Amino acid sequence: MTAQKKTDLLEERSETSQLSRNRGMPLELDWIKGIQANKSAIEWRASTIGKRRSIKKKWQAAWLLKAVTCIDLTTLSGDDTPGRVKRLCAKAIQPIRQDLLEDLGVKDLEIKVGAVCVYHNFVKTAVKALKGSEIPVAAVSTGFPAGQTPFEQRIDEIKASVRAGASEIDIVIDRNLVLSSKWEQLYSEVSAFREACGAAHLKTILGTGDLATLRNVAKASLICQAAGADFIKTSTGKEGINATIPVSLVMLRAIRDYHEKTGYMVGFKPAGGIRTAKQSLVWLALMKEELGNNWLKPELFRFGVSSLLADIERQLEHNLTGRYSAFYRHPIS
Amino acid sequence: MLFIGIQLVKVCIMEIKEIFEKMEYGPAPESKELANKWFDSHDRQFNLYIDGKWVIPKDEKYFETINPSNKEVMAKIAEAGKEDVNAAVTAAKTALPHWIALGGHGRARYLYAISRQIQKNSRLFAVLESMDNGKPIRESRDIDIPLVARHFLAHAGWAQLIDDQLSEYEPLGVVGAIIPWNFPLLIFAWKVAPALAAGNTVVIKPAKLTSITAILFAEICETIGLPPGVFNLTTGSGSKTGSYIADHPDVAKITFTGSTEVGRILRRQIAGSGKKITLELGGKSPVIIFEDADLDSSIEGIVDAIWFNQGQVCCAGSRLLVQESVADKVIEKIKARIDTLRVGDPLDKAIDIGAVVDKQQWETIDRYVKIGEEEGGIKWQPSSKCPSDGYYYPPTLFTNVSSTSTIVIEEIFGPVLTAMSFRTPAEAVELANNSRYGLASSVWTENINLALDIAPKIKAGVVWINCHNLFDAAAGFGGYKESGFGREGGIEGIWDFLRPKWEAEFTNEPQKIPLNEVEDDQTDVSIPSIDKTAKMYIGGKQVRPDQGYSLTISNPQGKVVGEVGFGNRKDIRNAVEAAHKDKKWLFMKGHNRAQVIYYIAENIIYRADEFIQRIIDVTGCTKEFAKKEVNLSIKRIYYYAAMADKYDGGVHNTPFRNVTLAMKEPIGVMGICCPEEYPLLGFVSTVIPAITMGNRVIVIPSEKYPLLATDFYQVLETSDVPDGTINIVTGKRDELAKVLANHDDVDCIWYWGSKEMCKTIEYDAAENMKRTWLNYGKYRDWMKAKHSKGEEFLRKATEIKNIWVPYGE
Repeated sequence: MTAQKKTDLLEERSETSQLSRNRGMPLELDWIKGIQANKSAIEWRASTIGKRRSIKKKWQAAWLLKAVTCIDLTTLSGDDTPGRVKRLCAKAIQPIRQDLLEDLGVKDLEIKVGAVCVYHNFVKTAVKALKGSEIPVAAVSTGFPAGQTPFEQRIDEIKASVRAGASEIDIVIDRNLVLSSKWEQLYSEVSAFREACGAAHLKTILGTGDLATLRNVAKASLICQAAGADFIKTSTGKEGINATIPVSLVMLRAIRDYHEKTGYMVGFKPAGGIRTAKQSLVWLALMKEELGNNWLKPELFRFGVSSLLADIERQLEHNLTGRYSAFYRHPIS
Repeated sequence: MLFIGIQLVKVCIMEIKEIFEKMEYGPAPESKELANKWFDSHDRQFNLYIDGKWVIPKDEKYFETINPSNKEVMAKIAEAGKEDVNAAVTAAKTALPHWIALGGHGRARYLYAISRQIQKNSRLFAVLESMDNGKPIRESRDIDIPLVARHFLAHAGWAQLIDDQLSEYEPLGVVGAIIPWNFPLLIFAWKVAPALAAGNTVVIKPAKLTSITAILFAEICETIGLPPGVFNLTTGSGSKTGSYIADHPDVAKITFTGSTEVGRILRRQIAGSGKKITLELGGKSPVIIFEDADLDSSIEGIVDAIWFNQGQVCCAGSRLLVQESVADKVIEKIKARIDTLRVGDPLDKAIDIGAVVDKQQWETIDRYVKIGEEEGGIKWQPSSKCPSDGYYYPPTLFTNVSSTSTIVIEEIFGPVLTAMSFRTPAEAVELANNSRYGLASSVWTENINLALDIAPKIKAGVVWINCHNLFDAAAGFGGYKESGFGREGGIEGIWDFLRPKWEAEFTNEPQKIPLNEVEDDQTDVSIPSIDKTAKMYIGGKQVRPDQGYSLTISNPQGKVVGEVGFGNRKDIRNAVEAAHKDKKWLFMKGHNRAQVIYYIAENIIYRADEFIQRIIDVTGCTKEFAKKEVNLSIKRIYYYAAMADKYDGGVHNTPFRNVTLAMKEPIGVMGICCPEEYPLLGFVSTVIPAITMGNRVIVIPSEKYPLLATDFYQVLETSDVPDGTINIVTGKRDELAKVLANHDDVDCIWYWGSKEMCKTIEYDAAENMKRTWLNYGKYRDWMKAKHSKGEEFLRKATEIKNIWVPYGE
């Protein structure tokens, strides 16, 4: 990293966030290459997380509300329209039925989702729809989901979304760079993405389902953080394998390593395949166990989901009434 | 938030809003309603299960069993007295013929039914186990009970296969099983399942502190209609009930898991009786972390190793050895991890560490921790306190300890980890083996070359690579050294419940050697008798006896045929040292050992006439008989040479993504006291199988006919046998055998001789838990191949080490 770039990054430091924004660090290839990830041991640990921690009753309600605040409510479909995006934004502002929030005694918590995540073309629509809510809009970028477009075009794409009002940019990394061990290039590309983001937060999607090994996941996680990512994210939701607990464990350990080395707290976003309230609790417990309570907030943890919210709402109703709820009882997004 | 007591108070006042902000865990209790109903339905009092009936103990004594997590008395349990044990053994003995006649398939049906019943009642078993023992429900529910069901299912399979695959073997009879309190039902299953599968009947005594799940198991036996007497449950104390079982003359085998101290008492108690025994004893197992390990995963491995079941695990990884370059990092990570372990109510589904089993155990752990501090160890425990309503002990780490620290040397049986560092792989092995125990170990590295280099060098029955405390019915589990002997699980576990059918043919007197009735003049032309220096063979050299005396050897007609050195304890000491020095033979591959052993045969063939003549001279047998002995000896040597690279290990099929290598390893340094009756054949039939498997041996040849053995070392000298592989000490056989039995650096003794001496050897061997193979005054026919040659000998010359190697990138 050049001295100039370091200074630039310093200046970009977010002023609104209480956290000190990750400024990245020079690439230390020895550190990256020495990283170990034993698949069997990781899977073993991952398999016990959900069984070692059980969250019931009031705790479950509170934890599920926390999950709601960490949701990046997402629509990334070929048939997205402004109308669809507006409806999504309405749900983002009011994710849980008001009567439920009242009965749970949490009305003044002003529960809303962490962000709304859309394609570039709907950024403006979303920004407008969310006006006054303080909910950030995230745009997927850099040739999402495959990342196989010309480099300059990818940079322009980020800039365009930032201009359109996106305050978070979910970029995809070029998985080819990982699979062919072009670590320097990966670092420089992500650094460039970070620069293009300016004040907008950079979330780097690793596309872990394409990365073949957990060792690659660990290496890519460290490189993206070193290049200045504010979040590292598992998947686009379009790969064959989405967010899994073992992959998440590896990424969280990489976040911890990076934190120990630099003092920066980088966020984590599992995405794809998380559909049930029960799953969300396992992820929250995983975060708490591996990184601690400091990470259990939307500034550092997001779920990239589309249908999770509906299940959480049902569970919250069940928590209150003891009756199993139906999907149609809750407004759709 | 570890203090559950406080948490429960908070439940009332803590609102969702507050939880939302703090994001703490709340209580997640597993219901004990059905468990309590079960207790109540028995009026909280349980009797003995003997001969298919629930019986009141003869002297009507009951003891209380408590829940260690809240100190509440849960029930009263019958204490079996001597008469009750007698009744149970009689019932088991009576049931035996029918149970055997049922055949493998019939027994398989029952074992399968047991397995299914355990699955069907799995939650009740789990809740009861946690209430009785204090272990977290996560462990009883996800580990103990599923493994119990798995064990019975796997052994239903063994029962089915046994008639076909092991047709030359038969059950032992009545098996007495004594179970520890740390895994009340799991270790119970490890003993009951193979015993029943092999056709034995059992009398079982659970630990006094934890009898409950064994009682529920007996109910299952009732439900499925297991024939009366096949399974008998005699609850009670170890010192009384356990002792009555061990003493009972109709008990054919004792299988025990528990402390080395009690194992020693038991072994001495049955010494010389001819009862079979397997002992799974204490441990101080190392966790070895190399600098290239996935360190975060190794920390979770440590959690599994020492904070599983409150550290009350015989194979707990209680000695951490970390490579110096990453030691500080690992220690910091452990400290951070300790803080996230949750100690509390075992029935809480979000608890990692429950209560230790009772007050006494709590005090033992605490005493060791205090000693650790007094000796300068630096203690690390989590900031939060443990609940005070039960016997809770916090996870504890000690740094600043060394190999001289009491807490590094002794088994604590609690959640206490000691951490030391090492520089090189060789030093790691040295530190790992610097213990009287040898039960288990784990090795953490991403380098398979290193992992598979270290695993065989660690003297432990189980080595886990990049994991710790994985168990399965298909893999053998058991120790080396003072961790005991015998294996549980796998085919290796089945052998311990069977005996060869031909043992029934053994006689009370040794075979008579046909003497040459006709006085001929052959002796005159034979090798001159007393013009040779009588020496022993130690470390590849002919050496004079330490005390400078010789023994004169005569033939049955009283004619002096030669002299041998009069060996004493110092000669034995020297021989043991020489054997240990020989690493060449230990690490030689089967193919190379085969070549040497063939070469021995070759050299005997070359000198066959001399050997024949010598046999005639010393035994006075016919030439024909001597010829037969020499020829058989050659044939037998060929057999073992052939087996050197063929009696190999296997890969067990355990339900994880890994290869579980069952490696057949030499036991180590063995003392072999040859049979008296066949000077050459007796020597060859015992010594050759032992060395075939890579053992180094100290041989005490036939006292009557030692000259063949002293001739033999000339064969050894010309056959490329490494120095120290075979050491021969002549003299008074039983005196020397006693020295061997009392030598702590001898790992195994084979002895064929008097019943009295067998008792002495077995008693003395209990000190360092060396393996013994004794004839208890029964004699096999060394001329008969079935009796005296074969895999039985190789099995007795090996231990099976299970190495778990998970894979996947």
